[in-house]
Amino acid sequence: MAQVTLRKVIKKYDEVLAVRGVDLDIADKEFIVLVGPSGCGKSTTLRMIAGLEEISGGDIVIGGDVVNDVPPKDRDIAMVFQNYALYPHMNVYENMSFGLKLKKTARDEIDRRVKQAAQILDITELLDRKPKQLSGGQRQRVAMGRAIVRDPKVFLFDEPLSNLDAKLRVQMRTEIKKVHQKVRTTTVYVTHDQVEAMTLADRVVVMNAGLIEQVGAPNDLYHSPATKFVAGFIGSPAMNFIPCQLEQAAGALRLRVNDRFSLPVPASRTARYGTYVGRPNLMLGLRPEHITETRPHVEPDQHDFDMGIEVVEPMGMETLVYFTVNGAEVCGRVNPNANAAAGQTMKLRADLSNMHLIDDTTGKVL
Amino acid sequence: MADIAAPTATAVAGDRRTGLHRLMQRKSTIAFLMALPLILLIGILVLYPACYAIWLAMLNKSMSKFVGLGNFQFLFKRDTFWDVVFQSCLFAITAVVFKAIIGFVVAHFVHNIPSKGQRKWRGMLLVPWVIPPAMSTLAWLWLFDPAYSAFNWILAHFGIGPVPWLGEAAWARFAVILVNIWAGAPFFMIMYLAALKSVPEQLYEAAAIDGAAWWQRIWYVTLPMMRNIIAITALFSLIVTFANFDIVRVLTNGGPLTATQLFGTWGFKLGIESGDIPLGSCVVLFMVPILAVAAAFILRDISRRGSEV
Repeated sequence: MAQVTLRKVIKKYDEVLAVRGVDLDIADKEFIVLVGPSGCGKSTTLRMIAGLEEISGGDIVIGGDVVNDVPPKDRDIAMVFQNYALYPHMNVYENMSFGLKLKKTARDEIDRRVKQAAQILDITELLDRKPKQLSGGQRQRVAMGRAIVRDPKVFLFDEPLSNLDAKLRVQMRTEIKKVHQKVRTTTVYVTHDQVEAMTLADRVVVMNAGLIEQVGAPNDLYHSPATKFVAGFIGSPAMNFIPCQLEQAAGALRLRVNDRFSLPVPASRTARYGTYVGRPNLMLGLRPEHITETRPHVEPDQHDFDMGIEVVEPMGMETLVYFTVNGAEVCGRVNPNANAAAGQTMKLRADLSNMHLIDDTTGKVL
Repeated sequence: MADIAAPTATAVAGDRRTGLHRLMQRKSTIAFLMALPLILLIGILVLYPACYAIWLAMLNKSMSKFVGLGNFQFLFKRDTFWDVVFQSCLFAITAVVFKAIIGFVVAHFVHNIPSKGQRKWRGMLLVPWVIPPAMSTLAWLWLFDPAYSAFNWILAHFGIGPVPWLGEAAWARFAVILVNIWAGAPFFMIMYLAALKSVPEQLYEAAAIDGAAWWQRIWYVTLPMMRNIIAITALFSLIVTFANFDIVRVLTNGGPLTATQLFGTWGFKLGIESGDIPLGSCVVLFMVPILAVAAAFILRDISRRGSEV
């Protein structure tokens, strides 16, 4: 059990900066998820914590010790790999006990720990099998078992669910969360899937282009993203970005999307947005669930408008409608009974109480 | 409809034609015809010489009389024959073990060279294996020459020697094995290198995190992962080395006396040089059961591992 701290960690491949100065404090027993698109440096960061990549600058501290030059085997960490990396010539028991065997742990102690981990993961009956006799999900469990058995300071997960099919992925996600609740160990988990990040993490670290964009609890990231990147990355379908202008009209602020269409800014935001009147490159950020079909009851800051629907995607519990505003494709989530149809005009409602105003020049959410 | 109405005579001819036609259309017939060129080739180049050798081995020296197993009985009574058996085994086993070890070590070195320079090294290291052995052995012959041996010249600087490289039984055996290792190790190197490249990098990473030192990674990850290729290469090389002819023939011609004779070279000496073809083929035939056992092992291994993976 340990804290992990990254201080100005840099990774350079030849002249390319893969990680450009990452600062991160991970509390003891915390579940941290690093999330971001491919090539954002999240896996590299994880591998630097593991010691599989040398760091080009900065410090990594595990449990109070700077481990910059400590080889992986002495860092007391355990890692679960994307393709499991189980030793194919060893059976499940041997795979799980390998680390302990190398540490010359007593045989009955190994036995006790392997059996215990197997019980936690419900793989007791698989202990004699070879990895190739296991399904993807079972291999994943064994890989986790191998990590649990070691009782390390830190668990590292490198996209552990990417090789599983969609249904199993959801199941294993819950499984990982359960395991973390039973075996509370500091965990760093890398994924490109924002749903995994949201569901698993105590705190999510969103990375982009080698830098941390934002760190925060899943709901904080969702409701108050700091940058356009985070706003667009977290949430599915992604947040809509509509180019707009802010104008002052009769003491109130209005968002002007185009000549024919403008919406009043909620009164609560007037003070915050006041200085941005007339600025170029502004964008309205609005999540799809805040564009719905119209309803009889009107809340403050909700505004109805007519829109020609271009594409309709029924999802069962909801229907996604797509239309174009000011050159931007916009997605809304409407009730499946609202009779949305492609090529028809529909009365939609925008809930601006949850809007974001984004400066597209700096990428910051205002 | 036209078929039914056709006269009986043409119908019979038609039957014969369709019978042949049907035969030609059977899958097994087509398969047999396609394989026929190869079957003929194997028959002419392998089966016929093999059977002929067995036939020859059962004739008397002038090849005028059938003597059954007489030649074999004669061989068993000769000490030289048992020397050849011993030498062949010593030669093949020692050479294969060292080729495997050296190939394994060199493969690791090459594997760790950054991929940019690796091609060059791979190419250079393959040279001994690519040069026709008769030719490269000539170069070794000069290196070992009693009068102007380069090795002895170097050793003389340290006050050692001169070593009778090819003149003394033990040294001659050493020299023959050395040259064979030199020529054969690159084959092991390239096979092991390919095997090394197929071991997923993440297994090493997992082992590193599990706390394995470099030698434990080799012992617990590399070797088990390469077990297949190690077994197959070693057995394959055992066969080729056991049946070696060219290196011994050029380097020592079996000498001094018969100290470096192998089955191949001794059979050649008896059969071609001394004109006792039946006895020569009799000697060479002794390789068959020994190599058959090795081949059986290889085939068993491949099929077993094949079904395992």
